Amino acid sequence: MYDVIIIGSGPAGYTAAIYTARAYLKTLLIAGPQFGGQLTKTTTIDNFPGFSKGIMGPTLMEEMKQQAVRFGTEVVMDEIKTITKTSPFTVTGSKGYQGKTIIIATGAQAKTLGIASEEQFRGKGISYCATCDGFFFKGKTIAVFGGGDTAMEEATFLTKFASKIIIVHRREEFRASKIMIEKAKNDPKISFLLSKTVKEFYGNTVLRGVKFEDGTDLPLDGAFIAIGHTPATAFLKDTLTLDEKGYVKVTNTVTSVPGIFAAGDCVDSRYRQAVVAAGMGCMAAMDAEKWLEGKK
Amino acid sequence: MADIKITDSTFGKTVLNSDKPVLVDFWAVWCGPCQMQGPIVEEVAKEMDGKAVVGKVNVDESPGLAGKYGVMSIPTLIIFKGGQPVKQFVGVQSKESLISALTVVI
Repeated sequence: MYDVIIIGSGPAGYTAAIYTARAYLKTLLIAGPQFGGQLTKTTTIDNFPGFSKGIMGPTLMEEMKQQAVRFGTEVVMDEIKTITKTSPFTVTGSKGYQGKTIIIATGAQAKTLGIASEEQFRGKGISYCATCDGFFFKGKTIAVFGGGDTAMEEATFLTKFASKIIIVHRREEFRASKIMIEKAKNDPKISFLLSKTVKEFYGNTVLRGVKFEDGTDLPLDGAFIAIGHTPATAFLKDTLTLDEKGYVKVTNTVTSVPGIFAAGDCVDSRYRQAVVAAGMGCMAAMDAEKWLEGKK
Repeated sequence: MADIKITDSTFGKTVLNSDKPVLVDFWAVWCGPCQMQGPIVEEVAKEMDGKAVVGKVNVDESPGLAGKYGVMSIPTLIIFKGGQPVKQFVGVQSKESLISALTVVI
């Protein structure tokens, strides 16, 4: 029986673990399919305080993990499917884990277009991580789907590898900030294709192109999907109160179930920053500690 | 050492001609998720020592191998048996899922 089970291995999860383990609470951190969270998909992080020269996302996450482990946090990898509704809780993935309190720090994951052909070509030309997979598209023609900052940033990053990049967006205007749009527009390798909705991807063993709803067709070697993020909370819908977009509803970090707390991008649709997630992880740890004391 | 670095020149001997199943981790130093996968693969190598072979292909150093097996996203993990790929994973995998996939083909 753990005092605290933390679900999630991003800045919120590890910060919560550092605080609870350091307070001598028996702590288990369960890392999901994206070990280390969204920052493991980035390169240099320049806005996390304390690193005047910037730090690589994966390095920062490994440091946070080591810091949590140093105080006695146990770390396992599992994908949690269910959580019971009263303390002591049982959380179940490939096996069951018992904890007096739970901190949900599952973050958010890249949105998919949600069409069958997208899943078919995942890892065969369709990617959700430019820093991971750009390398495989040296001298190729690729498209980046999306209209926000992430799409612009990924397209700009991919100019290092691809010979031609088309930013495909389903609207006429972009959500991205002006500076990011300008940077993309000024790049000779980047062009734009607007008001296009994807019908399906096609290919043989690998992706060959995309068909749009208007009947047009774009041959491609690769497609990077950058259409935003969605909170990783689907497994919680029978346990906790979520808002209409799927974010966990909290007061500070207290959820609708006593003994379950939540922190980071799974509750925060507004800021979505590593440093904010870390701060909320600390809050959740202190709230869990206080709740446990009240139970004694 | 149970964990083996595989290159273009050792792939045939280590993977294709192995009498045991082989788990190959395609990775690169600049891939963040690969840094998370690495220690997990090393644990799998330790636990499966004697029963399966575990190796790592650096796609920067061996782009030909990545190309040959259609690796377009990393980490990609492929299980080979009798020289043939029998199972492929894209994205970071847990120790349990890799061990259970290897156990099936032993």
